[in-house]
Amino acid sequence: MTGQKTVSVSAYGTAEGSLSALLLLADGRFPTGGHAHSGGFEPAAGVDGLNDVASLEAFLRGRLGTVGLVSAAFSAASCRIFGAEVVPVGDPDSDGSTAAQLALLDAEYEARTPSPVLRTASRRLGRSLLRAGRCVWPHPGLDRMVSLPGKGPHQPIAFGAVAAAAGQPPRHAALAAAHEAVAGPATAAIRLLGLDPFEVNAALARLAPAVADVAGQAAACAHAPPADLPANAGYLLDIFAELHATWEVRLFAS
Amino acid sequence: MEDSREGATTLRATPEHIHVDEEEPLSRHAHPRRGLRIGIGGPVGSGKTALVAALCRTLSSELELAVVTNDIYTTEDADFLLRNGVLPAERVTAVETGACPHTAIRDDISTNLEAIEELEDKLPPLDLILVESGGDNLTATFSRGLVHYQIFVIDVAGGDKVPRKGGPGVSTSDLLVINKTDLASRVGADLSVMNRDARAKRGDLPVLFTSLTEDPTARTVADWVRGRLAEHRD
Ligand SMILES: Nc1nc2c(ncn2[C@@H]2O[C@H](COP(=O)(O)OP(=O)(O)O)[C@@H](O)[C@H]2O)c(=O)[nH]1
Ligand SMILES: [Mg+2]
Repeated sequence: MTGQKTVSVSAYGTAEGSLSALLLLADGRFPTGGHAHSGGFEPAAGVDGLNDVASLEAFLRGRLGTVGLVSAAFSAASCRIFGAEVVPVGDPDSDGSTAAQLALLDAEYEARTPSPVLRTASRRLGRSLLRAGRCVWPHPGLDRMVSLPGKGPHQPIAFGAVAAAAGQPPRHAALAAAHEAVAGPATAAIRLLGLDPFEVNAALARLAPAVADVAGQAAACAHAPPADLPANAGYLLDIFAELHATWEVRLFAS
Repeated sequence: MEDSREGATTLRATPEHIHVDEEEPLSRHAHPRRGLRIGIGGPVGSGKTALVAALCRTLSSELELAVVTNDIYTTEDADFLLRNGVLPAERVTAVETGACPHTAIRDDISTNLEAIEELEDKLPPLDLILVESGGDNLTATFSRGLVHYQIFVIDVAGGDKVPRKGGPGVSTSDLLVINKTDLASRVGADLSVMNRDARAKRGDLPVLFTSLTEDPTARTVADWVRGRLAEHRD
Protein backbone atom coordinates (compact mmCIF):
# COMPACT_ATOMS: atom_id res chain seq x y z
CA MET A 1 0.00 0.00 0.00
CA THR A 2 2.80 2.40 -0.63
CA GLY A 3 2.38 5.32 -2.98
CA GLN A 4 -1.32 5.35 -1.99
CA LYS A 5 -3.75 8.18 -2.46
CA THR A 6 -3.59 8.96 1.26
CA VAL A 7 -5.48 12.14 1.96
CA SER A 8 -3.53 14.57 4.03
CA VAL A 9 -5.18 16.86 6.55
CA SER A 10 -3.51 19.69 4.75
CA ALA A 11 -6.13 19.32 2.02
CA TYR A 12 -8.57 20.67 4.60
CA GLY A 13 -5.96 22.73 6.38
CA THR A 14 -7.91 25.96 6.57
CA ALA A 15 -10.71 26.38 9.08
CA GLU A 16 -13.11 27.22 6.25
CA GLY A 17 -12.04 24.16 4.25
CA SER A 18 -12.74 21.95 7.22
CA LEU A 19 -16.09 23.60 7.94
CA SER A 20 -17.16 23.28 4.35
CA ALA A 21 -16.47 19.53 4.44
CA LEU A 22 -18.42 19.35 7.71
CA LEU A 23 -21.42 21.06 6.11
CA LEU A 24 -21.32 18.54 3.28
CA LEU A 25 -21.21 15.65 5.72
CA ALA A 26 -24.02 17.02 7.92
CA ASP A 27 -26.31 17.83 5.00
CA GLY A 28 -29.37 15.58 4.86
CA ARG A 29 -28.83 15.38 1.12
CA PHE A 30 -25.47 13.62 1.54
CA PRO A 31 -26.28 10.34 -0.24
CA THR A 32 -26.07 7.62 2.40
CA GLY A 33 -29.55 6.11 2.31
CA GLY A 34 -30.68 8.04 5.40
CA HIS A 35 -33.64 9.60 3.62
CA ALA A 36 -35.54 6.30 3.83
CA HIS A 37 -35.28 6.18 7.65
CA SER A 38 -37.39 8.10 10.15
CA GLY A 39 -35.23 7.44 13.21
CA GLY A 40 -38.17 5.74 14.88
CA PHE A 41 -40.58 8.61 14.26
CA GLU A 42 -42.92 6.70 11.95
CA PRO A 43 -43.71 3.98 14.49
CA ALA A 44 -43.78 6.52 17.35
CA ALA A 45 -46.29 8.61 15.44
CA GLY A 46 -48.32 5.53 14.56
CA VAL A 47 -48.38 3.94 18.00
CA ASP A 48 -48.37 7.00 20.26
CA GLY A 49 -50.37 9.24 17.96
CA LEU A 50 -47.74 12.01 17.72
CA ASN A 51 -49.24 14.41 15.21
CA ASP A 52 -48.02 17.95 15.84
CA VAL A 53 -44.86 20.00 16.15
CA ALA A 54 -44.95 20.03 19.96
CA SER A 55 -45.00 16.26 20.23
CA LEU A 56 -42.35 15.99 17.51
CA GLU A 57 -40.13 18.35 19.49
CA ALA A 58 -40.58 16.28 22.65
CA PHE A 59 -39.74 13.13 20.67
CA LEU A 60 -36.62 14.74 19.24
CA ARG A 61 -35.47 15.93 22.65
CA GLY A 62 -35.83 12.41 24.02
CA ARG A 63 -34.06 10.91 21.03
CA LEU A 64 -31.22 13.42 21.26
CA GLY A 65 -30.51 12.67 24.93
CA THR A 66 -30.55 8.89 24.44
CA VAL A 67 -29.54 7.33 21.13
CA GLY A 68 -28.40 10.76 19.91
CA LEU A 69 -25.78 11.02 22.65
CA VAL A 70 -24.66 7.42 22.15
CA SER A 71 -24.38 7.89 18.41
CA ALA A 72 -22.47 11.17 18.79
CA ALA A 73 -20.07 9.67 21.35
CA PHE A 74 -19.31 6.65 19.18
CA SER A 75 -18.89 8.87 16.13
CA ALA A 76 -16.41 11.03 18.02
CA ALA A 77 -14.48 8.00 19.32
CA SER A 78 -14.35 6.39 15.87
CA CYS A 79 -13.22 9.70 14.37
CA ARG A 80 -10.46 9.95 16.99
CA ILE A 81 -9.23 6.40 16.38
CA PHE A 82 -9.43 6.62 12.61
CA GLY A 83 -8.03 10.15 12.66
CA ALA A 84 -4.70 8.78 13.82
CA GLU A 85 -4.51 7.34 10.30
CA VAL A 86 -5.11 10.59 8.52
CA VAL A 87 -1.48 11.52 8.26
CA PRO A 88 0.55 11.33 5.09
CA VAL A 89 2.76 8.37 5.96
CA GLY A 90 3.34 5.14 4.05
CA ASP A 91 1.10 2.47 5.56
CA PRO A 92 -0.45 3.74 8.76
CA ASP A 93 -2.11 0.46 9.68
CA SER A 94 0.45 -2.24 9.10
CA ASP A 95 -0.13 -3.66 12.60
CA GLY A 96 -3.92 -3.61 12.26
CA SER A 97 -4.34 -1.79 15.55
CA THR A 98 -6.77 0.76 14.14
CA ALA A 99 -8.94 -2.04 12.80
CA ALA A 100 -8.86 -3.79 16.17
CA GLN A 101 -9.83 -0.62 18.01
CA LEU A 102 -12.66 0.10 15.61
CA ALA A 103 -13.89 -3.50 15.93
CA LEU A 104 -14.01 -3.13 19.71
CA LEU A 105 -15.90 0.14 19.35
CA ASP A 106 -18.30 -1.59 16.97
CA ALA A 107 -18.94 -4.40 19.46
CA GLU A 108 -19.64 -1.87 22.23
CA TYR A 109 -22.11 -0.05 19.99
CA GLU A 110 -23.78 -3.35 19.14
CA ALA A 111 -24.22 -3.99 22.86
CA ARG A 112 -26.02 -0.64 23.14
CA THR A 113 -28.40 -1.51 20.31
CA PRO A 114 -30.67 -4.27 21.61
CA SER A 115 -33.14 -4.30 18.69
CA PRO A 116 -32.05 -6.68 15.90
CA VAL A 117 -33.98 -4.53 13.43
CA LEU A 118 -32.04 -1.43 14.45
CA ARG A 119 -28.76 -3.35 14.37
CA THR A 120 -29.39 -4.33 10.78
CA ALA A 121 -30.52 -0.83 9.83
CA SER A 122 -27.43 0.65 11.43
CA ARG A 123 -25.07 -1.68 9.57
CA ARG A 124 -26.82 -0.96 6.28
CA LEU A 125 -26.43 2.76 6.87
CA GLY A 126 -22.81 2.21 7.87
CA ARG A 127 -22.16 0.43 4.61
CA SER A 128 -23.83 3.18 2.62
CA LEU A 129 -21.77 5.77 4.48
CA LEU A 130 -18.55 3.98 3.57
CA ARG A 131 -19.67 3.74 -0.04
CA ALA A 132 -20.25 7.49 -0.17
CA GLY A 133 -17.20 8.34 1.92
CA ARG A 134 -14.79 6.30 -0.20
CA CYS A 135 -15.94 8.15 -3.28
CA VAL A 136 -16.10 11.64 -1.77
CA TRP A 137 -13.01 11.53 0.50
CA PRO A 138 -10.89 8.61 -0.77
CA HIS A 139 -8.74 7.08 1.94
CA PRO A 140 -7.07 3.64 2.19
CA GLY A 141 -8.38 3.28 5.75
CA LEU A 142 -11.97 3.42 4.43
CA ASP A 143 -11.07 0.79 1.82
CA ARG A 144 -9.74 -1.40 4.61
CA MET A 145 -12.95 -1.01 6.61
CA VAL A 146 -14.95 -2.30 3.67
CA SER A 147 -12.82 -5.41 3.43
CA LEU A 148 -13.29 -6.34 7.11
CA PRO A 149 -15.46 -9.41 7.67
CA GLY A 150 -19.01 -8.77 8.84
CA LYS A 151 -22.01 -7.00 7.44
CA GLY A 152 -20.38 -3.60 7.59
CA PRO A 153 -19.64 -1.26 10.49
CA HIS A 154 -22.38 0.31 12.57
CA GLN A 155 -23.47 3.72 11.38
CA PRO A 156 -21.64 5.83 14.04
CA ILE A 157 -18.40 3.87 13.53
CA ALA A 158 -18.58 4.47 9.79
CA PHE A 159 -19.62 8.09 10.36
CA GLY A 160 -16.63 8.83 12.58
CA ALA A 161 -14.27 7.21 10.09
CA VAL A 162 -15.70 9.10 7.13
CA ALA A 163 -15.60 12.34 9.14
CA ALA A 164 -11.91 11.73 9.88
CA ALA A 165 -11.25 11.01 6.21
CA ALA A 166 -12.96 14.34 5.50
CA GLY A 167 -10.42 16.01 7.76
CA GLN A 168 -12.79 16.52 10.68
CA PRO A 169 -11.77 16.52 14.35
CA PRO A 170 -13.83 14.31 16.75
CA ARG A 171 -15.83 17.28 18.06
CA HIS A 172 -17.09 17.98 14.55
CA ALA A 173 -18.05 14.33 14.09
CA ALA A 174 -19.96 14.53 17.39
CA LEU A 175 -21.72 17.74 16.38
CA ALA A 176 -22.76 16.39 12.98
CA ALA A 177 -23.99 13.13 14.53
CA ALA A 178 -25.99 14.94 17.23
CA HIS A 179 -27.48 17.23 14.59
CA GLU A 180 -28.44 14.28 12.39
CA ALA A 181 -30.07 12.56 15.37
CA VAL A 182 -32.77 15.25 15.32
CA ALA A 183 -32.67 16.60 11.76
CA GLY A 184 -33.26 13.22 10.09
CA PRO A 185 -36.44 12.34 12.00
CA ALA A 186 -37.65 15.96 11.65
CA THR A 187 -37.47 15.70 7.85
CA ALA A 188 -39.29 12.38 8.03
CA ALA A 189 -42.03 14.00 10.13
CA ILE A 190 -42.55 16.70 7.51
CA ARG A 191 -43.06 14.05 4.84
CA LEU A 192 -45.09 11.74 7.03
CA LEU A 193 -47.51 14.14 8.71
CA GLY A 194 -47.39 17.16 6.42
CA LEU A 195 -46.23 19.34 9.33
CA ASP A 196 -45.41 22.96 8.50
CA PRO A 197 -41.73 22.88 7.46
CA PHE A 198 -41.10 26.36 8.93
CA GLU A 199 -42.50 25.29 12.30
CA VAL A 200 -40.44 22.10 12.24
CA ASN A 201 -37.27 24.04 11.52
CA ALA A 202 -38.14 26.46 14.30
CA ALA A 203 -38.29 23.44 16.62
CA LEU A 204 -34.87 22.34 15.36
CA ALA A 205 -33.53 25.82 16.05
CA ARG A 206 -34.90 25.65 19.61
CA LEU A 207 -33.11 22.32 20.00
CA ALA A 208 -29.77 23.75 18.81
CA PRO A 209 -28.39 24.49 22.30
CA ALA A 210 -29.30 20.94 23.38
CA VAL A 211 -27.62 19.56 20.25
CA ALA A 212 -24.47 21.54 21.07
CA ASP A 213 -24.58 20.32 24.66
CA VAL A 214 -24.91 16.66 23.62
CA ALA A 215 -22.14 17.11 21.05
CA GLY A 216 -19.89 18.57 23.78
CA GLN A 217 -20.56 15.64 26.13
CA ALA A 218 -19.94 13.20 23.27
CA ALA A 219 -16.71 14.83 22.17
CA ALA A 220 -15.46 14.85 25.75
CA CYS A 221 -15.42 11.04 25.75
CA ALA A 222 -13.66 10.56 22.42
CA HIS A 223 -10.60 9.30 24.29
CA ALA A 224 -12.47 7.18 26.85
CA PRO A 225 -12.21 3.38 26.72
CA PRO A 226 -15.07 2.11 24.50
CA ALA A 227 -16.72 0.31 27.43
CA ASP A 228 -17.05 3.64 29.25
CA LEU A 229 -18.86 5.45 26.46
CA PRO A 230 -22.46 6.58 27.17
CA ALA A 231 -25.11 3.85 27.14
CA ASN A 232 -28.26 5.96 27.44
CA ALA A 233 -31.22 4.13 26.00
CA GLY A 234 -34.72 4.95 24.82
CA TYR A 235 -36.35 1.57 25.24
CA LEU A 236 -39.45 2.51 23.30
CA LEU A 237 -37.34 3.26 20.22
CA ASP A 238 -36.15 -0.36 20.25
CA ILE A 239 -39.61 -1.77 20.89
CA PHE A 240 -41.21 0.45 18.25
CA ALA A 241 -38.55 -0.54 15.72
CA GLU A 242 -39.41 -4.21 16.19
CA LEU A 243 -43.13 -3.47 15.83
CA HIS A 244 -42.60 -1.24 12.80
CA ALA A 245 -40.74 -3.99 10.95
CA THR A 246 -43.88 -6.11 11.07
CA TRP A 247 -46.19 -3.43 9.63
CA GLU A 248 -47.45 -4.31 6.20
CA VAL A 249 -47.69 -0.72 5.02
CA ARG A 250 -45.12 1.92 5.92
CA LEU A 251 -43.24 4.71 4.27
CA PHE A 252 -39.86 4.43 5.99
CA ALA A 253 -37.44 1.55 6.37
CA SER A 254 -37.05 2.28 10.10
CA MET B 1 -34.36 -9.02 4.19
CA GLU B 2 -37.89 -10.04 4.99
CA ASP B 3 -40.61 -11.71 3.00
CA SER B 4 -44.01 -10.19 2.45
CA ARG B 5 -47.07 -12.36 2.84
CA GLU B 6 -46.81 -13.21 -0.83
CA GLY B 7 -43.11 -13.83 -0.64
CA ALA B 8 -41.58 -10.61 -2.03
CA THR B 9 -38.16 -10.01 -0.56
CA THR B 10 -37.83 -6.56 0.95
CA LEU B 11 -34.55 -4.79 1.50
CA ARG B 12 -35.67 -3.54 4.83
CA ALA B 13 -34.21 -3.03 8.23
CA THR B 14 -34.97 -6.54 9.32
CA PRO B 15 -32.49 -9.36 9.64
CA GLU B 16 -33.19 -12.50 7.66
CA HIS B 17 -33.42 -14.45 10.85
CA ILE B 18 -34.29 -12.30 13.78
CA HIS B 19 -31.78 -12.35 16.68
CA VAL B 20 -29.00 -13.65 14.46
CA ASP B 21 -26.33 -11.38 13.03
CA GLU B 22 -24.55 -13.24 10.28
CA GLU B 23 -20.87 -12.59 10.03
CA GLU B 24 -19.81 -12.96 6.46
CA PRO B 25 -17.40 -10.94 4.39
CA LEU B 26 -18.72 -7.83 2.70
CA SER B 27 -18.93 -8.10 -1.02
CA ARG B 28 -15.77 -7.22 -2.87
CA HIS B 29 -17.60 -7.43 -6.19
CA ALA B 30 -15.13 -9.70 -7.79
CA HIS B 31 -17.35 -10.45 -10.78
CA PRO B 32 -15.43 -8.99 -13.68
CA ARG B 33 -18.59 -8.82 -15.77
CA ARG B 34 -21.32 -6.64 -14.31
CA GLY B 35 -24.92 -7.00 -15.38
CA LEU B 36 -26.68 -4.45 -17.52
CA ARG B 37 -28.94 -2.25 -15.38
CA ILE B 38 -32.05 -0.75 -16.90
CA GLY B 39 -34.33 1.64 -15.00
CA ILE B 40 -38.06 1.71 -15.75
CA GLY B 41 -39.75 4.92 -14.69
CA GLY B 42 -42.96 6.81 -15.37
CA PRO B 43 -46.20 7.95 -13.76
CA VAL B 44 -48.30 5.71 -11.50
CA GLY B 45 -50.38 3.19 -13.41
CA SER B 46 -48.75 3.67 -16.81
CA GLY B 47 -47.75 0.00 -16.98
CA LYS B 48 -44.22 -0.15 -15.51
CA THR B 49 -44.89 -3.34 -13.56
CA ALA B 50 -46.73 -4.83 -16.52
CA LEU B 51 -43.68 -4.07 -18.67
CA VAL B 52 -41.27 -5.57 -16.13
CA ALA B 53 -43.45 -8.70 -16.02
CA ALA B 54 -43.53 -8.85 -19.82
CA LEU B 55 -39.75 -8.50 -20.11
CA CYS B 56 -39.24 -11.21 -17.50
CA ARG B 57 -41.59 -13.55 -19.36
CA THR B 58 -39.81 -12.96 -22.64
CA LEU B 59 -36.19 -12.77 -21.51
CA SER B 60 -35.87 -15.01 -18.44
CA SER B 61 -35.36 -18.15 -20.55
CA GLU B 62 -32.39 -16.61 -22.37
CA LEU B 63 -30.87 -14.39 -19.63
CA GLU B 64 -29.95 -14.36 -15.94
CA LEU B 65 -32.41 -11.75 -14.74
CA ALA B 66 -33.30 -9.96 -11.49
CA VAL B 67 -35.66 -7.12 -10.54
CA VAL B 68 -35.57 -4.34 -7.92
CA THR B 69 -38.86 -2.58 -7.22
CA ASN B 70 -39.30 0.76 -5.43
CA ASP B 71 -42.86 0.69 -4.17
CA ILE B 72 -43.93 3.72 -2.27
CA TYR B 73 -45.19 1.90 0.79
CA THR B 74 -45.89 -1.73 0.10
CA THR B 75 -44.44 -4.68 -1.76
CA GLU B 76 -47.33 -4.54 -4.24
CA ASP B 77 -45.20 -4.53 -7.39
CA ALA B 78 -42.86 -7.23 -6.15
CA ASP B 79 -45.84 -9.34 -5.07
CA PHE B 80 -47.45 -8.89 -8.50
CA LEU B 81 -44.35 -10.28 -10.20
CA LEU B 82 -44.28 -13.27 -7.86
CA ARG B 83 -48.03 -13.89 -8.09
CA ASN B 84 -47.72 -14.01 -11.85
CA GLY B 85 -44.86 -16.41 -11.60
CA VAL B 86 -42.61 -14.40 -13.89
CA LEU B 87 -39.59 -14.67 -11.58
CA PRO B 88 -38.80 -16.71 -8.46
CA ALA B 89 -38.79 -14.78 -5.16
CA GLU B 90 -35.02 -14.74 -4.74
CA ARG B 91 -34.71 -12.68 -7.93
CA VAL B 92 -37.00 -9.86 -6.81
CA THR B 93 -36.10 -7.30 -4.12
CA ALA B 94 -38.36 -4.47 -2.95
CA VAL B 95 -36.72 -1.29 -1.67
CA GLU B 96 -38.38 1.18 0.72
CA THR B 97 -38.10 4.81 -0.28
CA GLY B 98 -39.20 6.91 2.70
CA ALA B 99 -42.06 8.60 0.79
CA CYS B 100 -39.66 9.90 -1.85
CA PRO B 101 -39.46 7.49 -4.78
CA HIS B 102 -37.53 9.94 -6.94
CA THR B 103 -34.89 10.44 -4.23
CA ALA B 104 -34.20 6.69 -4.15
CA ILE B 105 -33.51 6.54 -7.89
CA ARG B 106 -31.80 9.88 -8.40
CA ASP B 107 -30.53 11.93 -5.43
CA ASP B 108 -29.57 9.13 -3.04
CA ILE B 109 -29.21 5.83 -4.82
CA SER B 110 -27.51 4.01 -1.90
CA THR B 111 -30.39 1.70 -1.04
CA ASN B 112 -30.97 0.66 -4.64
CA LEU B 113 -27.24 0.04 -5.11
CA GLU B 114 -27.26 -2.14 -1.99
CA ALA B 115 -30.22 -4.11 -3.35
CA ILE B 116 -28.55 -4.62 -6.73
CA GLU B 117 -25.24 -5.63 -5.23
CA GLU B 118 -26.91 -8.12 -2.89
CA LEU B 119 -28.69 -9.68 -5.87
CA GLU B 120 -25.42 -9.80 -7.79
CA ASP B 121 -23.72 -11.47 -4.85
CA LYS B 122 -26.28 -14.18 -4.23
CA LEU B 123 -27.19 -15.07 -7.82
CA PRO B 124 -25.08 -16.38 -10.69
CA PRO B 125 -23.54 -13.60 -12.77
CA LEU B 126 -26.58 -11.57 -13.73
CA ASP B 127 -27.01 -10.41 -17.33
CA LEU B 128 -29.80 -7.94 -16.67
CA ILE B 129 -31.18 -6.10 -13.65
CA LEU B 130 -34.44 -4.19 -14.08
CA VAL B 131 -35.08 -1.39 -11.56
CA GLU B 132 -38.70 -0.23 -11.44
CA SER B 133 -39.14 3.19 -9.87
CA GLY B 134 -42.04 3.97 -7.57
CA GLY B 135 -44.68 5.75 -9.65
CA ASP B 136 -43.79 9.40 -9.70
CA ASN B 137 -44.23 12.45 -11.88
CA LEU B 138 -42.87 13.44 -15.26
CA THR B 139 -39.67 14.89 -13.79
CA ALA B 140 -38.40 11.72 -12.10
CA THR B 141 -35.42 10.18 -13.83
CA PHE B 142 -32.75 7.69 -12.83
CA SER B 143 -29.22 8.58 -11.82
CA ARG B 144 -26.49 7.46 -14.22
CA GLY B 145 -24.79 6.07 -11.15
CA LEU B 146 -27.61 3.56 -10.74
CA VAL B 147 -28.56 2.39 -14.23
CA HIS B 148 -26.98 2.17 -17.66
CA TYR B 149 -30.19 2.93 -19.55
CA GLN B 150 -33.65 4.13 -18.68
CA ILE B 151 -37.04 3.40 -20.16
CA PHE B 152 -39.82 5.90 -19.48
CA VAL B 153 -43.35 4.51 -19.64
CA ILE B 154 -46.37 6.75 -20.19
CA ASP B 155 -49.82 5.63 -21.25
CA VAL B 156 -52.42 6.66 -23.74
CA ALA B 157 -55.09 6.86 -21.04
CA GLY B 158 -53.14 9.67 -19.37
CA GLY B 159 -54.12 11.85 -22.34
CA ASP B 160 -52.47 12.53 -25.67
CA LYS B 161 -50.93 15.78 -24.39
CA VAL B 162 -48.36 14.11 -22.14
CA PRO B 163 -45.61 13.90 -24.80
CA ARG B 164 -46.07 17.59 -25.60
CA LYS B 165 -45.68 18.49 -21.93
CA GLY B 166 -42.26 16.88 -22.07
CA GLY B 167 -40.13 16.74 -18.95
CA PRO B 168 -36.85 14.88 -18.61
CA GLY B 169 -38.44 11.41 -18.70
CA VAL B 170 -40.26 12.06 -21.97
CA SER B 171 -37.46 14.06 -23.55
CA THR B 172 -34.25 12.34 -22.49
CA SER B 173 -34.99 8.70 -21.55
CA ASP B 174 -33.16 6.15 -23.68
CA LEU B 175 -36.49 4.63 -24.72
CA LEU B 176 -39.97 6.13 -24.45
CA VAL B 177 -42.75 3.54 -24.27
CA ILE B 178 -46.28 4.79 -24.90
CA ASN B 179 -48.44 2.00 -23.50
CA LYS B 180 -52.13 1.04 -23.56
CA THR B 181 -52.67 1.78 -27.25
CA ASP B 182 -55.70 -0.52 -26.96
CA LEU B 183 -57.43 2.24 -24.99
CA ALA B 184 -56.83 5.03 -27.53
CA SER B 185 -60.30 4.98 -29.06
CA ARG B 186 -62.00 4.80 -25.64
CA VAL B 187 -60.25 7.88 -24.27
CA GLY B 188 -60.26 9.83 -27.52
CA ALA B 189 -56.45 9.90 -27.73
CA ASP B 190 -54.82 10.51 -31.10
CA LEU B 191 -51.77 8.26 -31.39
CA SER B 192 -50.37 10.18 -34.36
CA VAL B 193 -50.36 13.36 -32.26
CA MET B 194 -48.55 11.55 -29.47
CA ASN B 195 -46.05 10.17 -31.96
CA ARG B 196 -45.40 13.55 -33.56
CA ASP B 197 -45.01 15.37 -30.22
CA ALA B 198 -42.78 12.67 -28.76
CA ARG B 199 -40.48 12.71 -31.79
CA ALA B 200 -40.33 16.50 -31.69
CA LYS B 201 -39.23 16.37 -28.04
CA ARG B 202 -36.82 13.44 -28.45
CA GLY B 203 -34.96 13.97 -31.69
CA ASP B 204 -33.39 10.65 -32.66
CA LEU B 205 -34.17 8.83 -29.40
CA PRO B 206 -36.53 5.87 -29.93
CA VAL B 207 -40.27 5.71 -29.16
CA LEU B 208 -42.28 2.48 -29.04
CA PHE B 209 -46.06 2.11 -28.85
CA THR B 210 -47.26 -0.93 -26.91
CA SER B 211 -50.38 -2.59 -25.65
CA LEU B 212 -49.26 -4.96 -22.96
CA THR B 213 -52.74 -6.46 -22.74
CA GLU B 214 -52.60 -7.34 -26.43
CA ASP B 215 -48.92 -8.35 -26.45
CA PRO B 216 -47.96 -9.54 -22.96
CA THR B 217 -44.48 -10.41 -24.25
CA ALA B 218 -43.62 -6.76 -25.08
CA ARG B 219 -41.79 -8.05 -28.15
CA THR B 220 -40.58 -4.68 -29.43
CA VAL B 221 -39.28 -3.52 -26.04
CA ALA B 222 -37.57 -6.89 -25.48
CA ASP B 223 -35.83 -6.47 -28.85
CA TRP B 224 -34.60 -3.03 -27.79
CA VAL B 225 -33.27 -4.51 -24.52
CA ARG B 226 -31.46 -7.26 -26.47
CA GLY B 227 -29.80 -4.56 -28.55
CA ARG B 228 -28.56 -2.72 -25.43
CA LEU B 229 -27.30 -6.00 -23.96
CA ALA B 230 -25.31 -6.74 -27.09
CA GLU B 231 -23.68 -3.28 -26.85
CA HIS B 232 -23.02 -3.72 -23.13
CA ARG B 233 -21.22 -7.03 -23.68
CA ASP B 234 -18.85 -5.60 -26.25
N1 LIG C 1 -55.78 -1.67 -21.15
C1 LIG C 1 -54.51 -1.82 -20.78
N2 LIG C 1 -54.22 -1.90 -19.46
C2 LIG C 1 -52.91 -2.06 -19.13
C3 LIG C 1 -51.88 -2.13 -20.08
N3 LIG C 1 -50.69 -2.25 -19.43
C4 LIG C 1 -50.98 -2.25 -18.11
N4 LIG C 1 -52.32 -2.15 -17.92
C5 LIG C 1 -53.05 -2.11 -16.64
O1 LIG C 1 -52.80 -0.86 -16.04
C6 LIG C 1 -52.80 -0.99 -14.62
C7 LIG C 1 -51.51 -0.39 -14.05
O2 LIG C 1 -50.41 -1.17 -14.52
P1 LIG C 1 -49.05 -1.29 -13.70
O3 LIG C 1 -48.14 -2.10 -14.52
O4 LIG C 1 -49.34 -1.76 -12.32
O5 LIG C 1 -48.61 0.23 -13.64
P2 LIG C 1 -47.36 0.91 -12.85
O6 LIG C 1 -47.95 1.67 -11.71
O7 LIG C 1 -46.75 1.83 -13.84
O8 LIG C 1 -46.46 -0.18 -12.42
C8 LIG C 1 -52.94 -2.46 -14.34
O9 LIG C 1 -54.30 -2.72 -14.02
C9 LIG C 1 -52.55 -3.12 -15.65
O10 LIG C 1 -53.19 -4.36 -15.85
C10 LIG C 1 -52.22 -2.02 -21.47
O11 LIG C 1 -51.39 -2.08 -22.38
N5 LIG C 1 -53.56 -1.87 -21.75
MG1 LIG D 1 -45.61 -0.57 -10.54
